[in-house]
Amino acid sequence: MAIASRDLALDVATPRADRLARAGRALRRHPTLMAGAVALVVIVIAAVSAPLWWTGDPLQMRPIQRLRPPSAEAWFGTDHFGRDIYTRTIYGARISLTVGAAVSAISLVFGTTLGLVIGFYRRLDTVMMRVMDGVMAIPAILLALALMALMRASVRNVIIALVIPEIPRVTRVVRASVLSLREHLMVEGARALGVGTPRILVRYILPALVAPLLVQGTYICASAILVEAYLSFLGAGTPPVVPSWGNIMAEGRAYVQLAFWIILFPGIFLAATVLAINLVGDGLRDALDVR
Amino acid sequence: MLAEVLRRLMATIPVMVVVAIAVFALLHVTPGDPAVIIAGDYATADDIARIRAKLGLDRPFLTQVGIWLSQVVRGDLGTSIFSGLPVSTLIKQRAEATVSLTILAMLISVGVGVPLGIVAAWKKGSWIDRLVMVVAVSGFSMPVFWLGFVLVYVFAISFAWLPVQGYQPLAAGLWPFLRHLILPAVTLSVIYMALVARMTRASMLGVLGEDYIRTAFAKGLPPGRVLVRHALKNASLPVVTIIGIGFALLIGGAVVTESVFALPGLGRLTVDAIVRRDYPVIQGVLLIVSGVYVLINLVIDMLYVVLDPRIRY
Repeated sequence: MAIASRDLALDVATPRADRLARAGRALRRHPTLMAGAVALVVIVIAAVSAPLWWTGDPLQMRPIQRLRPPSAEAWFGTDHFGRDIYTRTIYGARISLTVGAAVSAISLVFGTTLGLVIGFYRRLDTVMMRVMDGVMAIPAILLALALMALMRASVRNVIIALVIPEIPRVTRVVRASVLSLREHLMVEGARALGVGTPRILVRYILPALVAPLLVQGTYICASAILVEAYLSFLGAGTPPVVPSWGNIMAEGRAYVQLAFWIILFPGIFLAATVLAINLVGDGLRDALDVR
Repeated sequence: MLAEVLRRLMATIPVMVVVAIAVFALLHVTPGDPAVIIAGDYATADDIARIRAKLGLDRPFLTQVGIWLSQVVRGDLGTSIFSGLPVSTLIKQRAEATVSLTILAMLISVGVGVPLGIVAAWKKGSWIDRLVMVVAVSGFSMPVFWLGFVLVYVFAISFAWLPVQGYQPLAAGLWPFLRHLILPAVTLSVIYMALVARMTRASMLGVLGEDYIRTAFAKGLPPGRVLVRHALKNASLPVVTIIGIGFALLIGGAVVTESVFALPGLGRLTVDAIVRRDYPVIQGVLLIVSGVYVLINLVIDMLYVVLDPRIRY
C-alpha cells in the first residue's frame, strides 16, 4: 500500500518536473517572450484585482488634499481634485487593457474574414485592395481622430475608431498568405477531392494563419493602448470621467510645473504595459518563426 | 525611367481618389445627421439648416461626392466653418511648423538610429546589441506626449536651458527657430529612431554574413569602412523603405507633439478643428497628409534605382 502511494506520487511528480524543465528551456531560449509575458500577467492581475491593492475610489475627490506630492498616504500624489493618482493609475489599467484586447480581437476577426474572402474570390481583389490602400494611406491617428470627432466620447466608440484603421492592415497580411497558400499542394489536393471553398478556407488556410495573426494581434494591442492614450490626451478619446491613463495625463498637463507626478506615474505604467506586450510580440515572432 | 515615374504617378491616382472619397464618406457613415453633429449641442434649428445648406448636405450623396471630387481636383478644399477662411489657406499657414518638426525629427532619428543599428548588428549578441535593442523597444513603447513632458520637465523647467513651448518661424533666425524646435524634434524622433535602428540591424545582419564582407575584413580594411561602404550600401533598401512607411507614424506623432509644445502646426489645426467639429478642415488635412504620404512612398520607390543599380524599371 505504501509502495503504491509512493509510485502514485512519483507519477504526479514526474510530469510536473518535466513541465518545469520545459518551461526553463523555453525561458532560456526566449527570454524576451518570458519577461514580457510575466510582466503582462502581473499587470493584468493587478488590473483585475484593483480593489485589493490598497486602492480607494478612483473618482473620490478630496479638495483639501489637492496637488499633494507623493507621500505615505498618496503613493503617487494627488491631482487638482485631490484624487489619488495611485488608485487612478491601477484602475486605469482596466480601461487600457480592455481597449487593447478588444481592438486587436475585433480587427483580427474582421480583417481575417475580409482577407480570406478577398484572397479567394479574385473578382473582388482589385477593387477591395485599392480601397484598403486608400484607407491605409491615411495615418491611423488622424483617421481615428476624425472618427472620434463624429462620435460621442465613449470607450465603445474609441474601440470602433481604433479598429477601422487596423482592419486593412490585417486584411493585407491575410490576403498575401491566402494567395501563396491557395497554390499549395495540400490545397490543390483538397480541391481535387472535392472539398468546397468555405471548408478549404477554414480547415486548410486558417490554421496556417494563426501564428502570423497572433504576432500581429499583439502589435495591434500595443499600438491601440498607445493611440487610446493619444486620443484621450488630445481630448478626443474616452470621456473625461473615465480614469484612463490618457485622461489622467491629459488632466495633469496644466500642472506640469506644479505636480509632475500626475503625468509621470500613469506614463510609466503605460510604457511598461506597452513594452511588455511588444516584448511578447517580438518573442512570439521569433518563437513561431513568423517572416 | 521617366516613363516609369509617370506610370507610378498615374497608379497613385486611384489610391488618392479612394482617400478623397473615404475622407468625405466618413461624415456620412458615422451614425446620426452630420449637420446636427457639426452644429454641436447648443445649435438652433437655424444653425443646423445653415450648415446643411453650406456643406450641401441636403443634396443626394453621389452628387455631394461628385462636387467634392471636382473641388479637390481644382485645389479647392472648402472653407472652414469656424473661421470662414479657405481650408487651403489654413493648411498653408500651418504647414511650416509641421514640416520643420517632421524633417528635423527624421534627420535626428536617421542620424542616430542607423549608426545604432549598424553597431548592434556588428556586435551581435553583445551587451551593446542587447542595450540598443532594449532601448529601441522601449522607445517604441513610450507615449510620445509623456516623453515630451519628461523632457520639458528636465530641460526646460529644471535646468531652464530651452523654452517650455512655443514656436519661432525660420524667418526669425536660425537659432531661435532651432531652440524652440529641438525638444519637440527629439521627442518625436524617439519612436522613429527605434524603428530605424531595428530595421538597420535586421538588414545589416542579413548582409554581414556574406562572403564579400569577410573578404573585406580579411583584406584588413578598417571596420568602419567595411560596415558603411560594403555592408550599409547593400543593407540600405529596407531601411529606406521603413523610413517611408514610418512617415505615417511620424505625422501621427507630430499631431501629439505639437499639442505638448504648443506648436502652431497641422496637428494643432486638426485637434482644434475636432474640438470645434470644423469638418471641412479635418477633411482637408486628412487629404493633404495622405497625399504627401503616398508621394513620399512613390519617391522612395524611385530611390531604389539610385541606391541599387541592379534594379531597373
